[in-house]
Amino acid sequence: MSDRLSVFKTYKLYVGGKFPRSESGRVYEVTDSKGTWLANAPLASRKDARDAVVAARKAFGGWSGATAYNRGQILYRIAEMLEGRRDQFIAEVADAEGLSKSKATAQVDAAIDRWVWYAGWSDKVAQIAGGANPVAGPYFNLSSPEPTGVVAVLAPQESSFLGLVSVIAPAIVTGNTVIAVASEDSPLPALSLAEVLATSDLPGGVVNILSGRTAEIAAPLAAHQDVNAIDLAGADAGSAKDLETAAADNLKRVLRPGTTDWTADPGTDRLLAFLETKTVWHPMGV
Amino acid sequence: MTWRYARRYAPLVTMPITVPAYGKEAAGRLASMADVTADDGALRRFLHGLPGVDAVGLEARAATLGTRSIKTTAKAYAIDLAISMIDLTTLEGADTPGKVRALCAKGIHPDPTDRTSPKVAAICVYPDMVATAKEALGDSGVHVASVATAFPAGRAALPVKLADTRDAVAAGADEIDMVIDRGAFLSGRYMEVFEEIKAVKEACARPGGTSQTESGGGSAAHLKVIFETGELQTYDNVRRVSWLAMLAGADFIKTSTGKVAVNATPPVTLLMLEAVRDFHAATGVQVGVKPAGGIRTTKDAIKYLVMVNETLGERWLTADWFRFGASSLLNDLLMQRQKLSTGRYSGPDYVTVD
Repeated sequence: MSDRLSVFKTYKLYVGGKFPRSESGRVYEVTDSKGTWLANAPLASRKDARDAVVAARKAFGGWSGATAYNRGQILYRIAEMLEGRRDQFIAEVADAEGLSKSKATAQVDAAIDRWVWYAGWSDKVAQIAGGANPVAGPYFNLSSPEPTGVVAVLAPQESSFLGLVSVIAPAIVTGNTVIAVASEDSPLPALSLAEVLATSDLPGGVVNILSGRTAEIAAPLAAHQDVNAIDLAGADAGSAKDLETAAADNLKRVLRPGTTDWTADPGTDRLLAFLETKTVWHPMGV
Repeated sequence: MTWRYARRYAPLVTMPITVPAYGKEAAGRLASMADVTADDGALRRFLHGLPGVDAVGLEARAATLGTRSIKTTAKAYAIDLAISMIDLTTLEGADTPGKVRALCAKGIHPDPTDRTSPKVAAICVYPDMVATAKEALGDSGVHVASVATAFPAGRAALPVKLADTRDAVAAGADEIDMVIDRGAFLSGRYMEVFEEIKAVKEACARPGGTSQTESGGGSAAHLKVIFETGELQTYDNVRRVSWLAMLAGADFIKTSTGKVAVNATPPVTLLMLEAVRDFHAATGVQVGVKPAGGIRTTKDAIKYLVMVNETLGERWLTADWFRFGASSLLNDLLMQRQKLSTGRYSGPDYVTVD
C-alpha cells in the first residue's frame, strides 16, 4: 500500500537569508557518483553573485560588530541544528560522494565537530592574532585582529560537506561575511546546510550559498570591487591564476588552492587568512 | 472609435503649438481655461468632473512598463540621462554649509574618476543654504533648487510662505519646490490651494526680470509643486490635484517631499504623467514631472524613464521636463556606470558617502 506520491525537494540558492531561485531561471541536473539523477539544483548566474555580494555587505556591519561571544553562541547553535539533521546529511553526503554509510557518517561527524571547534575560536582568536606590542616610548601599543570584510569562498569540489564546513566556518567566526560557491557536481549538502543556517539565529546575508558552474560564478566574484577576499579552495589549477589576477585589481586577500586533507586537523591557517590587524597607540600618561 | 482616433491624432490636427509652462505664452493658454477656475464652484465641478482613475488598470500598466529589459548601449544612454535629470537633494536639519558645498562638488563631477559622466540637473536644498549652493556651483550650469513654503508640512500662514519663497528667490534659487496645503485640499478648499500656488508663482518672479527666458540671471525661478501624494489617499485626488496645479501655473509637478512613509510610486507617477499628457493635449502647455523619494536603484530609475517615454514621448526625456528627486540614487547610477565601462562590479567604496 505504498501509494503515497513522492515529494521532491526543490533546492534553492541562499542569499540574504532568503531562498531565491536563480535570477536566470536556470537549473542543472545533479547526479550521484553513479550517474543517477538526484535533483535539480539552481544554476546561479553572475547576477546572483552580485546580489549575494550586496547581501553580504549589508550583513557585515551587524555581524562584525556583534560580540565574539555572541558569534560563538550562534555558531554553537548551528552545530546543534546540524546534529538534529545528521541523518539527512549522512544520506546526502553518501549519495554525493559515493561513500558507504559508515564513511559518510564519519564525514558528517567530522564536519559537525569541526564547526564546534571553530565556534570555540570566536573569543580566542584575538589572543593568538593580537596582543600588546613592546615599544620604546611612553605608549601602549596594541594590535587586534579585525575581519577583512566580504569573503568569496569557492568550496572544495571533492569534499561536498566536510570541505564546505571547513572553509565557511573559519571565515565567519571572526566576523567576515561569506559568499560560498558550492561544489559544482555535488551541491546538495551545501544547499541543505543553508536550511540549517536559516533556522539558527545566523543573521541573513552572513552566509550566502550559490550553486552552479564554479568558473562562471567565480570570475565576477574575483573581479568584484566590493569583495575583500577570495578563498580559491575549489578552483582548478588552470583558472586559479586568472582569478588571482582579477582579484589583484582591488587588492583582495587571496587564499591559493592547495592539496588539503579535509579530514586532518585544520590548524588556524584559514582562521587567520581573513583577518586584518588594527594597531593602536595609546599614551600611558606620565 | 472616433474618440480614440481623435485622441491619437489630436497632436497632429488639433493640438496648439507647444509652449513651455514657464514661458510668457503659457499664461494666455491658461486664460483659455479661465472659466473652470472662475470661482470655487466651477473649479470643484471641473475637478470632480475629471474621469475617475481605474486603479487596477493603472497599477497593471505601471507594472507592465516596469518589465522592459534595457541593456547595453540603451542602458548606458539611460544611465547618463538619469544622472543628468537628478535633483541631488539634501534636506536634513543637520545640513551644514560644508555638506552643501561637498554635494555641489559632487553634482558638478559625479564621478571624479571619470570626467565623461554628465553633471546633475540641480542641487536641492533648504532656502537658507541657497546662497552657499549658488556660490559653490558658480557657472557650472547646475541649477539651485530650493524647497519653500514651510517645507515639508506646509503648515504656515500664506504671508510666511510667500516670504520664504521670496527669500529663496532673492538668494539666487533657479527653481522653487513648494508644498501644497494638503489640509486645504483634503477638506475641499480647492480655490485656496489654487490661489496659493498662483501667489507663490508670482513670488518666484525676480524683480526687474522677465519670465520668458530660460532660467539664469534676471528670469523667474521655475516653480515645482509638491503634492505629497502619500497623504492624498486616492488616485482620484492625485489626478485632481495635478490638474489644479497645472491650471494654477505650475512649471513642474512633483510627487512627494521624501519626508513621509509613502513617496513616489510608479502608479502615482504614471498617473501624473498622464495628467500632464492630457493637459498638454488640451492647452498645449508643457509641464514637467518630478518623482521624488524612494527611488534608489538604477533599475527603478530606468523604469521611470520607460514610463516617461511611453506616456509623454521623447520631448519630455530631458532634464528640462523630467527630474528625479534623489540622493542615494546617484551612487547606484555611478556604480552601474562603472560596471558598464570596466566590466567588473563596483562597490560603495568607489563612490562618495554623502
